Amino acid sequence: MSKIISAFAIGILFGIGLTIAQMVNPAKVLSFLDLAGNWDPSLAFVMGGGAGVAALGYRFVLRRRRPILAEMFQVPTRTDLDARLLLGAGLFGVGWGIAGLCPGPALAVLGLGRSEAVIFALAMAGGFTLFEIYNRALMKSK
Amino acid sequence: MENFTPISATIGGSLIGLSAVLLLLLHGRIAGVSGIAGGLIVPVAGDWPWRLAFVLGLVAGPLVYMALGGPLPEILFPVSSPLGLISAGLLVGFGTRLGGGCTSGHGVCGVSRLSPRSLAATGAFMFTGFVTVFFIRHVIGG
Repeated sequence: MSKIISAFAIGILFGIGLTIAQMVNPAKVLSFLDLAGNWDPSLAFVMGGGAGVAALGYRFVLRRRRPILAEMFQVPTRTDLDARLLLGAGLFGVGWGIAGLCPGPALAVLGLGRSEAVIFALAMAGGFTLFEIYNRALMKSK
Repeated sequence: MENFTPISATIGGSLIGLSAVLLLLLHGRIAGVSGIAGGLIVPVAGDWPWRLAFVLGLVAGPLVYMALGGPLPEILFPVSSPLGLISAGLLVGFGTRLGGGCTSGHGVCGVSRLSPRSLAATGAFMFTGFVTVFFIRHVIGG
């Protein structure tokens, strides 16, 4: 139960951070991506602030033997670059550039009752599902 | 650059970083929204409750912020046609899963660890995001 309550609270904190940073506003995200227009560099400060705090906090947390509520840390260890990584990130950037929404903000705006957010989130869940189908087909063919 | 909001961006970003640190400290997990939400599509027993709780918290975040007295965030969808939203959502959903992360998992958490894969992925989605917005706003719409 403590796992569920803490994950819920951490999600709320994440959503409040996105709201204060105005990243729930697709127009603001798109004005970061519009280098040739009226450029707004705010998004770089959101990522910088987040990465800065995470860099400091992670160093202390990873000195522990294990997390408080789980058996072990699950941190990615791969360092190689492959086509799948770059192709996936590239496709994601195209979708991000069309609508100005990435997964975190897409979920956070859902609670604000906008039909555009609902349509986007359903399509994103469709994209997640297509990936599972693709991945399963790939596994079978191997 | 009259829309540039570096202070609220850094504060909001820092809260996102703090929630990433708490998720690692308590759950041993990386705060990547596409991975957490995408993992709900094919539920694994015992693993989905914390994922669902995090996602629901994320949806509740802006509402909690407003309940605490925060202003209703401005939300503008420059692209609001169903075709635009659906194609963007599909690309974001499939692409983030194929590339193993999004703006939070790669852009904040991975960059904070200086993970080569996350640095490359962040470069890739930023690049295609910039190109997409340039194409939509200054080539077709120009």
